[in-house]
Parts: sequence; C-alpha cells; structure tokens
Amino acid sequence: MSVHATNIRKTFGAFTALGGVDLNVPAGKLVALLGPSGSGKTTLLRIVAGLEQADPGSGPISFHGEDVTNVPAGKRKVGFVFQHYALFRHMTVFENIAFGLKVRPRRDRPPASDIADRVQKLLKLVQLEGLDARFPTQLSGGQRQRVALARALAVEPKVLLLDEPFGALDAKVRKDLRRWLRRFHEEIHLTTLFVTHDQEEALEIADEVVIMNQAKIEQVGTPQEVYDRPASPFVYQFLGNVNVLRAPALAPTVGAPALMRDGQLYVRPHDIGVAPYVPGFTGLIAEIRSIHAAGPQARLTVEQLPGRELIEVELSRAELVGLSLNLNDRVCLRLRQSHSFNDDYEI
Amino acid sequence: MSLLRKEHSVLPGFGLSLGFTLAYLGLIVLVPLSAAFLKTAGMSWDEFVAAVASPRVMAAYRLSFFASLAAATVNACFGLIVAWVLVRYTFPGKRIVDALVDLPFALPTAVAGIALTAIYAKNGWLGQWLEPHGVKVAFTEIGVFVALTFVGLPFVVRTLQPVLEELEPEIEEASASLGANRWQTISRVLLPELFPALLTGFALSFARALGEYGSVVFISGNMPMRTEIVPLLIITKLEQYDYRGATAIAVVMLTASFALLLLINLLQKWSRRHHRV
Repeated sequence: MSVHATNIRKTFGAFTALGGVDLNVPAGKLVALLGPSGSGKTTLLRIVAGLEQADPGSGPISFHGEDVTNVPAGKRKVGFVFQHYALFRHMTVFENIAFGLKVRPRRDRPPASDIADRVQKLLKLVQLEGLDARFPTQLSGGQRQRVALARALAVEPKVLLLDEPFGALDAKVRKDLRRWLRRFHEEIHLTTLFVTHDQEEALEIADEVVIMNQAKIEQVGTPQEVYDRPASPFVYQFLGNVNVLRAPALAPTVGAPALMRDGQLYVRPHDIGVAPYVPGFTGLIAEIRSIHAAGPQARLTVEQLPGRELIEVELSRAELVGLSLNLNDRVCLRLRQSHSFNDDYEI
Repeated sequence: MSLLRKEHSVLPGFGLSLGFTLAYLGLIVLVPLSAAFLKTAGMSWDEFVAAVASPRVMAAYRLSFFASLAAATVNACFGLIVAWVLVRYTFPGKRIVDALVDLPFALPTAVAGIALTAIYAKNGWLGQWLEPHGVKVAFTEIGVFVALTFVGLPFVVRTLQPVLEELEPEIEEASASLGANRWQTISRVLLPELFPALLTGFALSFARALGEYGSVVFISGNMPMRTEIVPLLIITKLEQYDYRGATAIAVVMLTASFALLLLINLLQKWSRRHHRV
C-alpha cells in the first residue's frame, strides 16, 4: 500500500517543524527519511502515523489512494515502532505482541488460540522463539527492538513506520539488525518508512532515500542517485566527507568561468588522485601535512599551495605505499569527480 | 587458598550500614513498641480480653479500620487524578495547587480538625447546605472519614507524581496506534504501570489514617459506640490511669496494622514482579 502526503505543515509555537513537504512512499518499498536532528523527519513520520495532526491548510494524507487525514492512529492500519520501543513493562513478550489483537472489539477479535498461534509465528519471524514468557526488562536492546517490531506487525498493518529503529543500540548490534531488517523486508514486502540520522544506514538498506533539512525535503532518490548526484550542497555534505574548495584557488587549475560564478567546488576525499610532483605541472599542487594509515583507507591532509587551504584525501593503503610519501612532500592533485551547485557543472 | 576468605561486596560498608540500620530501627521503633508489649504482658488473659474485646472497643476498631480503608481508597482514586493533572498538564496556578497538596502534611492536625468541624457543622459553610438534605457530616462517622481523607491525600499524590513523570507518553501512543481505545489504554496500560506506586500511596495513606488522632477528635464528637476511634480510646484509658488497658488496645492495633501493611507490601512485590531482572 503506497503512502502519499501533500503539502504537510507543522509548527510548534514559533518553530517550524515541517514547512510544506510532499512525501510519496511507493507500495512495498523500504524508504528512509534521512536528516539531521531537528529536520522534521520524526514529526513527518508521526503525522503519517496519526500520532500528530498536521497544521490546518496542509494537504491530505492518503494510503493507497484512500484519504486517512482524519482517521485516528488506531484505525490507520499502521505499525509504529518507537525509538525507545515503548514496550509495556508489566506485560510479558507474549502479552505485548498480543495486545493489538486483544484490544479489538469482540466481533473482530480472533479467538485466543488464533492469537496464540499468531504470536508464535511472529516470534519465529523476529527470531525470538522461546522468549514469550519474559518481561521486557529481561531482554537485551536488540531483542526489545524485535519485540516492538513483532507487536507492530501483529495487527497486520498495511504500512510499517519505524522511528530511529536502531538509534538506541550499540554499533555492532545496529549493523546486524539493519541487515536483518533489509532481509526481513525482502521476505514480507511491507511498505516501510523509517527515520534515521545515520546516512550509512539509510544508504545501505533503503530502496529510496528522502533527505530532509530544516523542515524541507532536499532530495528524493535511490541511494545511488542521491550519493552520485546530490541536489544541493547540504545533501552533498550530509552524505559523506567532503572538501569545499573556493574557486580562486582553483582558477589557474580549471579556468572554467562556470565555476567562478558558483565560487565553491565540492570534492569527496576519495575522488582526489595524488601523484608525485613534476616541475611545471599546472594543476593543483599541495604539500603533505599529515598521514593517517590506520584503517582500510589511508587519509592524507594536504595543504594546497598558493591558496593555503587544507584538503582531505583518501587513498588505498597500496597506493600510499606505492607513492612512498613523507611529510612536507610536494604532490600533484587531480580531481576525478567534483560538484558545483550553480549549474550542476561536472568536471 | 583459605576457606575463611571473606566475600567482599563491590559496595563497601555493608556490615557497617546494616548494623547501623538495625540499631537505629531498634532504638527508634522497636524499643518503644516492645515497651507496649511488655506492659501488656503483665495482664492475665482474661484481663486482656476484657480490655481489648469489650463492645465499645470493638466498635472503635470497626470505625478506625473501615474509615481508614475508605479514606485510603478515596485518596487512591482522587490522588491519582490530582497527580495526573499536576504531571500531565500545565495551567495557570499549577505551582500553587502543587503546594496546596502538601498542606495536610504541614498543618497541625488539631487545626485541620477544628477547621473541618467549623465547615461541616450545622451552621458551617458546607454543613448548612448538607444538613437540610439529611447529610450530617460533623459528629458522625462521615466526619471521621472526611478528616482521615484530608490527612491522607498527600501520600498518594506524592508517591504517584515521580512515577507518572517517568512514564513515557510513548506507551500511550503505542497503545493507541495498536488500536486500543482510551479506556483500554487506561485500564490495560496505564493503571497496571502505576499500580505498585498507587498501592504504596494507599498503604501510606491508610497507615496515617489509622494513627490519626488530632483532626478526628474534633469532628467526630467522640460518642461511645458510634464515633470513637481507637487512638481516642487509648487516650481515654490513659486519662483514667488504666495504662495496661491502653497498651493492650495499642498492641492489638499494632499487630493488625502490621499484618495489613505486610499484606500490602507482599501484594506490591507481586505487582512489581516484572521489574525483576
């Protein structure tokens, strides 16, 4: 079931959380709402869930073409997973998962044996078999997360909404769980929208990424699209490390008048090639200021010569060894790919 | 390796602090209480029964326990609402309302008793409206109940407030998004979460009501067989130099209160079973 929201506005006092955003989640896709904290992404998710009302004057929210703007949260058929899980502490895992079924009006409520069957199936799905009699306090963070997911899925939602689903977990569990979520999504193909501030997470598991900043949507696209063709300097900077070079420094190098208008050039550290200095080279020349060789990639900080700007460069360890660089060595830089945002000029 | 090696806890000072706790409790609580038991032990069984089971004393037990239970129950309900309002909403004068809750703690109980009597007496502010409808408060059992409710309210509010503040609003939202209606959210999610704290508040309010003397003696009228509470009987006996009779009643009252509080504590432990880790 697809989700469409048009022109959603929300203000809290003087603070604008959402300044008229449009959101489309195609049916069966896993979509990430990505942005820094305070960008409005959680508010948008809560409005889709019906936990928050958009300001008057906002456009409608529809699920698969059906207007749900005035439908209360409990009747929207959404599964919502909270950042801190919001499990019911006085209930066992079983009771937590069965809650959504047990509170149904009698005529819609499945018989107790069916509820038990469904809970067992869900426990299997989230790989928590045998833990049904535990209380939430007896579970690890990752397990609680999956109980919250199973509880949301028990009511057979048409849309699954997750608020920073891995935010409260440690790095290792986070990675495992997000891959698990991706595989899980491929199994059940439920339209899923999740909020995250972690660009790595969004780029790794989402089919589509919606990047938000300051109450607006900056760009929508597949992970590759947004990474390779960022629509704004914000997106470019948010999705990875970046060097911002001022045009005067580059003028002798590139000489492109288009660049001069924009004034700034964005280059990712791994898009810069390093070569030994050759006298007479007319491109970017720099001196090495620091070398970090720990980790899968080596990182150099170089100082660009006439402009005195510091530039970060990433290269493979093998390359670094091949160049046999020392501090204060002079090198030539080549920009393999760079962006300027005035007219999307690419070198 | 020595078999005598002492197991050391990570937290230092266990022996010292436990020793202090026991000594302190002994000195402050147990010594005075055991004096009551010792004094009573001087009586013969028949004397004891005559002192603690006379119809007048039995009537006082009934009134004390039932009025205290009723007051604690009412306080549990309305204290919950007061705490809820104070935690969840902001309104002008909230700080003042919050401070008002503590007033029964601070007010000398005799003042409270006199004030309540003045209000509920036949010509008082409220009494003049109630009496024509046949509701007599001052100098009846209802008066006792009103006074005990007054002194017990802060206990429930103050035990619930921090627990309510800690309760994440998300669990209500989770309940709502799973399709529960407002009533189901309150009865299945909120109340069970609050129940242990509510029980503590109830127990404190109940215990306070059992021991309350100052505010009740003014409003109850102290009619034998009707509006005498147990603490009043004890004082009466003391005034008649019947020390043994007074301590005998005190012992019965103590034992009954202790048993009830123990029961409430066990109930509370059971209701908090999900907190075990």
